[in-house]
Amino acid sequence: MQTKETIVCRCEDITLEEIKSLIDQGYRTIDEIKRVIRAGMGPCQGRTCRMLIAQELAKYYGIPVGEVLMPTFRPTVRPVKLGTFAGGE
Amino acid sequence: MKKSANVVIIGGGITGCATAYELAVRGVKDIVVIEKQYLSSGATGRCGAGVRQQWGTETNAILARDSVKRFEGMNEELEYDRDIEFKQGGYLMVSYTQNEWNQYKKNVAIQHSLGIPTKMITPQEALEIVPHLNIKGLIGATFCQSDGHANPFHVVDAYYKAASRLGVKFETYTSVTGITREKGKVTSVQTSKGDIAASMVINACGYAAGTICKMVGFELPLYPQRHQALVTEPVEPCQGPMVISLHHRLYCQQTPHGSFIMGVGDPNEPKDFNINSSWEFLEDVARQATTVLPLLKNLRVVRQWSGLYDMSPDANPILDEVPDAKGMWVAAGFSGHGFMVAPQTAVLLAQKILGQNCFMPIERFGLERFSGGELLLESAVV
Repeated sequence: MQTKETIVCRCEDITLEEIKSLIDQGYRTIDEIKRVIRAGMGPCQGRTCRMLIAQELAKYYGIPVGEVLMPTFRPTVRPVKLGTFAGGE
Repeated sequence: MKKSANVVIIGGGITGCATAYELAVRGVKDIVVIEKQYLSSGATGRCGAGVRQQWGTETNAILARDSVKRFEGMNEELEYDRDIEFKQGGYLMVSYTQNEWNQYKKNVAIQHSLGIPTKMITPQEALEIVPHLNIKGLIGATFCQSDGHANPFHVVDAYYKAASRLGVKFETYTSVTGITREKGKVTSVQTSKGDIAASMVINACGYAAGTICKMVGFELPLYPQRHQALVTEPVEPCQGPMVISLHHRLYCQQTPHGSFIMGVGDPNEPKDFNINSSWEFLEDVARQATTVLPLLKNLRVVRQWSGLYDMSPDANPILDEVPDAKGMWVAAGFSGHGFMVAPQTAVLLAQKILGQNCFMPIERFGLERFSGGELLLESAVV
């Protein structure tokens, strides 16, 4: 696979090569990778990249995907305007 | 994992990682940092990412002032391969009540005595700095340009990498389960991965520092307090400074990434370890933020989270050795502003532990102030 051109996190433009490089450097979980490179911090909150990164970690450590630690799923489910919460709209 | 170490640091947040670096760079070998989850998983990674020198106690102001100097050169000093994203867009502290304004005047006098270049400005001048500020009812504001923002994840990552190069070992996803004392001195730390013999232990666990102190039978006068925050979608740069309104319990800044981070303090928040997010917070912060900065009503929230302040009785940190457990040092109680003072907190602690000259008297952060001594009483906490 073309790791340089394969986008893993579409919100933040993170490639597979960047993810693999962090895993090689010893970043062991989705949480750690997210905080260093912003994968999963965009508007979709990791809906796509979370599982793709989980697959890469599972492959690297030889464990089932189900054993990869998931990050906390945080509100909001989708982006909502501050004005809506303030009761103005 | 190693069976023994010269120093065991418990807590992989900013305080633990920076202290590991400051000890290692002063020649200490065999340092191990124990972290229950991943680095910056606690209060550091959940903080508002602000760095300000505008404090109401000399102690906080000195630590913050000297830490700003360190943040300014941190990428180079720590030879960081990313960027700590230090942005000196200033802090604008807006005042809507006379009481608050009187307190700000006192705070600014302290800041000026320490060479911190805070300006007292009119509502019109504040509007020039933040064009979308609501100045209705505004009495005045204080502004310090050299305050600003740094990325907590990257600052921790920078210290972690620099310390690793100096030989410090980091054990993540490792819990401390006990601490052994003999004749009033610390001798070893028990962890989920085995025991480490050590005669020096640094407790840099933030809100969990009390739990660690209980392992040696000491009650630390700290309590946890949940604070919530949110981040919006990124937009073009439009707000230079962090805006703080203590009256609205609000802080709000635009990061170099373009997103806005904001939070409000809840005066009714119970003393508890709860770190769940609440919908009440979303409504509260949205109302306060759109009152002070109406333009923000069009910004979309992408994520909310919460973290715990490690509140000390006077909102100043505790840097001291535990009585009856020699060799165990506490660096906690930062009360919501540990990130911004950590570079110099770590220096002070390292200097004290190694018997070097301290750049400021560490005794002021001692435990004795809670048993009859003089409290430091910080007023400027959101």
